[in-house]
Amino acid sequence: MRLRSAQGDTAIKILVIVPAYNEQKSLPSVILDLRDSVLVADILVVDDGSLDATARIASELGVNVLKLPFNLGIGGAMQAGYHYAQRRGYDIAVQFDGDGQHLALEVKKLLQPVVAGNADIAIGSRFLGQGDYKPSFSRKAGIKVFSTILSCILGTRVTDTTSGFRAANRRVIEFFSRTYPDDYPEVESLVLLHKAGMRIAEVPVQMRERTSGQSSITALRSVYYMVKVLLAVFIDLLKKTR
Amino acid sequence: MDLLSILAIAGNGMILLLVVELIRRGKLKERYSLLWLFAGVFLLILSLSRETLEFFSHLVGIYYSPSFLFLIAFLFLMMITLHFSVVISGLSEKNKKLAQELSLLRNEMEGRTVRKSE
Repeated sequence: MRLRSAQGDTAIKILVIVPAYNEQKSLPSVILDLRDSVLVADILVVDDGSLDATARIASELGVNVLKLPFNLGIGGAMQAGYHYAQRRGYDIAVQFDGDGQHLALEVKKLLQPVVAGNADIAIGSRFLGQGDYKPSFSRKAGIKVFSTILSCILGTRVTDTTSGFRAANRRVIEFFSRTYPDDYPEVESLVLLHKAGMRIAEVPVQMRERTSGQSSITALRSVYYMVKVLLAVFIDLLKKTR
Repeated sequence: MDLLSILAIAGNGMILLLVVELIRRGKLKERYSLLWLFAGVFLLILSLSRETLEFFSHLVGIYYSPSFLFLIAFLFLMMITLHFSVVISGLSEKNKKLAQELSLLRNEMEGRTVRKSE
């Protein structure tokens, strides 16, 4: 299968960016899955200063690797991937977690609105009827608060604000390589994208329960996390964007 | 001249001398010393002349003038730490850019050596 742009005959260059921090266990299956089901794309692993063999495993599997000299956090690592996409002239960049949470089969759905030119960025949402994701009560409340507040800010309904499963077109690639938030990039980037006048679309997708590691967010911490993210969001609203 | 004034002048003079000496040895960049020098000179003037200090402190309604000296010193320290926070933010942004650029360059270089050896 070869994807064609809405205008006509030039093939679209797609890059899947896989940020990975100490993911030597889950990375091989993630990359093999992507290879099997996303035939049209190149794969780039961004090793965010891992202490294990993440970078070596990725190069052994024959994918491109950006090896950061030390841990920058998810924001800095993802932006490195966008820099790569921008310089190598990719038309679309897909964000895909290295921990096995996202499903390679769902990438096609995510690409659809971006390839068709209906959105500048497509975000995979767990809460639009697909899959059977059952969050705990406190998470559910947090998700509700985020989506309500962000829907108000953005003027359109967003349900899964913390989803890191996204597909971005060239405009967004250029924008993210200039400006990308450091601390809570998923939520914050929505605000920045909106301020930059980008069209955001949500796509219903399934996600897997984490295969390795636990969510870093526990019940008591989730309130603290929420306050910090909301503060960051309001600061983003006040910020000057380039 | 009372003991308090002498202590204030001596303390101030020492800070100023230390800052100048650090600049002279190249341990402190001029860019980051401006606020220190400002603070030192201003506080020195206030401690040297009791009249100036009293004039300013009464102007803002402080009747124990040495506490005006503390207030000014405190405000300067606030400004200096804020300045540091700004500088650190700039440095961490540059640091991030350097790390990203390094990884991109390394990737490009490895791509070249692979192609050559083929």
